[in-house]
Amino acid sequence: MSPRTHLQRRPRRPSRAAGRLAAAALACAGLLAGCSGGGPGAGSAAGGTVTLKVGDFGTFGYNDEGAGLFRTYMRLHPDITIVEDNNSNEQNYWNATQTHLAAGSGADDIQAFDVTRMGRVTTALADKFVDLAHVPGVSQADWAPVKWAQGRTRSGAVLGLGTDLGPEAVCYNTKLFAAAGLPTEPAAVGRLWAGSWDTFVNAVGTRYQARAPEGTHFLDSGEGLFNSVVGSGAVQYYDARGRPVYATNPSVRAAWDLAGQAVAAGETGGIVQFSTQWASGFANNSFATTICPAWQMANIVNDAGPQNKGVWNIATAPQPSNWGGSYLTVPKQGKHIAQAAALAQWLTAAPQEAEVFAAVNVGNFPSNVRAYRDPRVFRARNSFLSDAPIGQIFSAAATRIPTAPIGPYDGVIRNDMGNGVLLMEQEHKSPDEAWKATMSQIKTDITP
Amino acid sequence: MGRSTAARRSRRYRLDVTAAPYALIAPFFLLFAAFGLFPLLYTGWVSLHTVSTLDPNHMTWRGVGNYTALWSDHVFWQSLRNTFIIGLLSAVPQLLVALELARLLDRRLRAGTFFRVALLAPYATSVAAAALIFQFVFQQNSAGFANWALHLFGIGPVAWEPGTWTSKFAVATIVFWRWTGYNTLIYLAAMQAVPTELYEAATLDGASRRQQFRKVTVPALRPTILFTAIISAIGSLQLFGEPYLFGGSGQGINGGPDSQYSTLALYVYRLGFSSEHLGRAAAVAWVIFFIAVAVAGVSALIAARLRRSV
Repeated sequence: MSPRTHLQRRPRRPSRAAGRLAAAALACAGLLAGCSGGGPGAGSAAGGTVTLKVGDFGTFGYNDEGAGLFRTYMRLHPDITIVEDNNSNEQNYWNATQTHLAAGSGADDIQAFDVTRMGRVTTALADKFVDLAHVPGVSQADWAPVKWAQGRTRSGAVLGLGTDLGPEAVCYNTKLFAAAGLPTEPAAVGRLWAGSWDTFVNAVGTRYQARAPEGTHFLDSGEGLFNSVVGSGAVQYYDARGRPVYATNPSVRAAWDLAGQAVAAGETGGIVQFSTQWASGFANNSFATTICPAWQMANIVNDAGPQNKGVWNIATAPQPSNWGGSYLTVPKQGKHIAQAAALAQWLTAAPQEAEVFAAVNVGNFPSNVRAYRDPRVFRARNSFLSDAPIGQIFSAAATRIPTAPIGPYDGVIRNDMGNGVLLMEQEHKSPDEAWKATMSQIKTDITP
Repeated sequence: MGRSTAARRSRRYRLDVTAAPYALIAPFFLLFAAFGLFPLLYTGWVSLHTVSTLDPNHMTWRGVGNYTALWSDHVFWQSLRNTFIIGLLSAVPQLLVALELARLLDRRLRAGTFFRVALLAPYATSVAAAALIFQFVFQQNSAGFANWALHLFGIGPVAWEPGTWTSKFAVATIVFWRWTGYNTLIYLAAMQAVPTELYEAATLDGASRRQQFRKVTVPALRPTILFTAIISAIGSLQLFGEPYLFGGSGQGINGGPDSQYSTLALYVYRLGFSSEHLGRAAAVAWVIFFIAVAVAGVSALIAARLRRSV
């Protein structure tokens, strides 16, 4: 679910989710009966013959606090009992799961993974997972091309079925846009930068900065910009044959230089994304835009606070890009592989993904494109973000995300690149200097 | 028959005398071997291999390659330097202030117990809570407490976390805040063990309070000071929670984008669980072990000299 690069570099969502869970648990302590999950008989009704354990992290929205999908499935299949193994910390979850996979026992029947882990799952760990390509109901046409591709090995085995996706739009602060003399209507705003990140930075960004209210910046973070621009490339850090090309790929270097230009033009404030200061920036209206995957909306709602309802809006991004999202996998070591595969297929089918998106308000945007025709997605609006038609904006973005290959060290490279952008933003190094330092750092980090 | 019973009994008795003590202390050594010695040696073994955290059972022999690779590892050197700098920045003021506080508490104070308990409060606070508070104290913008305080003196806002020195200072402050009280109580206990006759004799000789402190208290405290210095040094080598939490979810693992407050322990974690190079992580862990042994060796030498000089 939540998009997190390696290492909990950005555990934004799960940690919040954990807080929410803790709050829910506290609430439950007071209302013991109401929280046991469905009143009397809930436990005994689940007297199935096969128990499936589902390992996940953060908010997938499958349990009774979300869309209640596990309960529905157990009702439809009385012989199945589902037990969720939910983890608040994705990094710890990944570490533990790795150990179980390596040991050959202890893994759950279904294991959910963030997309940054899929580079590992589909290469070094590929022999530990079941190929889901021929599970009844699984069809390539159902998924956004990028989602399908990143769950597959190079030989074509489908190891992961896509849950949510992180198609990107640009969330912008209408108050600051108006103050700087820019249009505020989503369509007009989208037209300002349509088609090119370069226009976004070097035309709109500079125009904003020239008339910016005191102390505000066009962008929340240079790193966010850099990641999105790289994410718009058909080739990113690895080529189709799985070789690392981060150092030679011209589109990566172009993204770097563009980030450097944004920094030089004063369009960023040197703030680290997901830091406390970044979060308070939403409440204090200190930046005009953030490049915004679907799940980021939840952060804006939380961080901006009720007094800023209607201040933010969403426009289409200059170029389509993806950030985050997750997969369900079925480890081979499980005892009920067929049942687990069937459950994974059902959970990721269009009606269920639409249900999660509608019921759980954290922006788990479906990666199953058939869900985009579901009215619960198609008609979705976000009342906090000026009633923006988020369903349509993100659906349109999702199908256009380039299908870039991912590799085993994507997370590490992304982490180091992000640090490199901060070297420009915070340590005021030149793009060349920071690039050189970053290249040598990546080389050290991906050498075994 | 009587003789042989007696012989057997005496053999059993001898066995009891010689073996029983070993049997009685065996549980400790068995547990130590299983949970102390074995992991240590195994880490050493792992450090000689190329191993991925993803597949720890699959090891490829690399000899000392993981160690020699550290020569050209920029983050390793940075972390090593930072570990020493943050260690000094926190330990020196910490021990000096603790000594002074202990001196004050050693006098008969009103509400003495209250102060003693209050001193322990930071020590009893979890590192997570402390780091969270200090994250707010050292916020970069003018909302942070530290910058607000500086602004009262007309000093502009400082970017604490991105700065090379300011970030080290901030991390050292968290360590200082947490450990000063603990050291104060240790010093206080040692001070109260100093025989009062020495002070009486010094008073008769006309020594002032300050002279008494320097000529009587501090010399008597030397072994304790050495002890706290060693504990602080080892603590610095293990410094992990403070920088990790100070950096927050974004930068904690790296110790800042330029590794400006990365420590050796943090780098072990980063290697083991971010880039998933278990062998390299084990090598850095063993470097920490070597340094700890060196610190212990030096302090043993100093202790021996102290004993001779007393």
